[in-house]
Amino acid sequence: MPKKIITIAVSGLNNVDSPGPGVSVIRGLREAESFDVKIIGLSYENLEPAIYMHDLIDKTYQIPYPQSGTEKLLERLKYINEKENLQIIIPNFDSELYSFMKLEPSLNKFGIKLFLPTYEQFEERHKMNLPKFGKKYGIKTPKSEVLNSFSDFYKIMDDFEYPILIKGKWYDAYVAYTVEQASNYYNKISAKWGLPVIVQQFVNGTEYNVTGLGDGKGNTISAVPIRKLFITDKGKGWAGISLEEPRLIELTNKFISQTKWRGGFELELIKDKENDYYMIEINPRIPAWVYLAIGAGQNIPEALVNLALGNKVSPYKNYKVGKIFIRYSMDMIIDKEEFEMFSINGES
Amino acid sequence: MKINKNIAINEKGLLFNPSTGESFTVNQIGILIIKLLREEKPISKISELITEEYEVDDITVEKDILDFGYLLRNHNIIEKDA
Repeated sequence: MPKKIITIAVSGLNNVDSPGPGVSVIRGLREAESFDVKIIGLSYENLEPAIYMHDLIDKTYQIPYPQSGTEKLLERLKYINEKENLQIIIPNFDSELYSFMKLEPSLNKFGIKLFLPTYEQFEERHKMNLPKFGKKYGIKTPKSEVLNSFSDFYKIMDDFEYPILIKGKWYDAYVAYTVEQASNYYNKISAKWGLPVIVQQFVNGTEYNVTGLGDGKGNTISAVPIRKLFITDKGKGWAGISLEEPRLIELTNKFISQTKWRGGFELELIKDKENDYYMIEINPRIPAWVYLAIGAGQNIPEALVNLALGNKVSPYKNYKVGKIFIRYSMDMIIDKEEFEMFSINGES
Repeated sequence: MKINKNIAINEKGLLFNPSTGESFTVNQIGILIIKLLREEKPISKISELITEEYEVDDITVEKDILDFGYLLRNHNIIEKDA
């Protein structure tokens, strides 16, 4: 019997050295056992490579940047929905999540489902609020401060021991070993991403990550811990391995059960010399390396779609330990006419 | 010294720690020591078995086993408090 076809729109189609999760999410959806898919890409730029990956995406539409406001985004999504009859949208960028959360009731009226964290969950786990979050849920986090102006910078600098991390509100993080370096990074990040800038105590140790999925009722549907084996100079994992680490699964279960997390996520943790885990960041969406979790046996995008549709989803119990992902980049050759058509029409 | 339960080692000496994702290679004597540690043999017994097999005195062997154990502990191959 042919499987039901679900029309799903996916963003995060860029695949540069700081890749968006879109391509990996789509690969998971294409491999889903419980349904077939028609994939609609949502792109911001005309050079996002997945637009031209026709084996993965059926059609792509350009959408306005989050700064343009939710009204413009809604208008565009309405147009796309009229053409494609979308059933689900999976937004994959941190910076667009707020707009989609805000639009969720309106999109629901069109029959489009999302499976995102609630506004409270999104705000509570924000890197600006991480120490408070850790205290509330009994999870160790490094000391951090939020800087809303350059004058705040000198006020708090004596409270930290170097090295420290200087982080942007959405993206970017730099390790600073001196106050001069810290001040440079503050300026660089605030110029690129705006304020506030976050200062976090650097925890010396090894980074571990967990990707997973919460059902919004406190149950863990999926959790796969990994260690990145190769990290680029932008701090992005270019290879990684799935681990058997019950402490990370326990920590993830605790995170999900206490927050009643709804949707996909990535936990970033550092294990220090004492073997204690510190949560350094909670990303409220599926990470770009999710295909490792899929390869290890937990298809997070598929489970997320089923949750969004209100289907019964049984939690994944197992995954393969010792599975490795190695990322690569590849040159695609496309015709300039196709590029021009997308640039002019905003769809392809 | 107690080897962590989940450590995997093959006959070629490739050792994998699934909790950290780290892989190491050890030589034939390393494989033998890990095998004997798994069987919970005391260091004196391991030293005895190695001196029977190789031309080496027991003081050197015991010292080398302890050094090896220190390395294994550092890489979380043996339990920290064991």
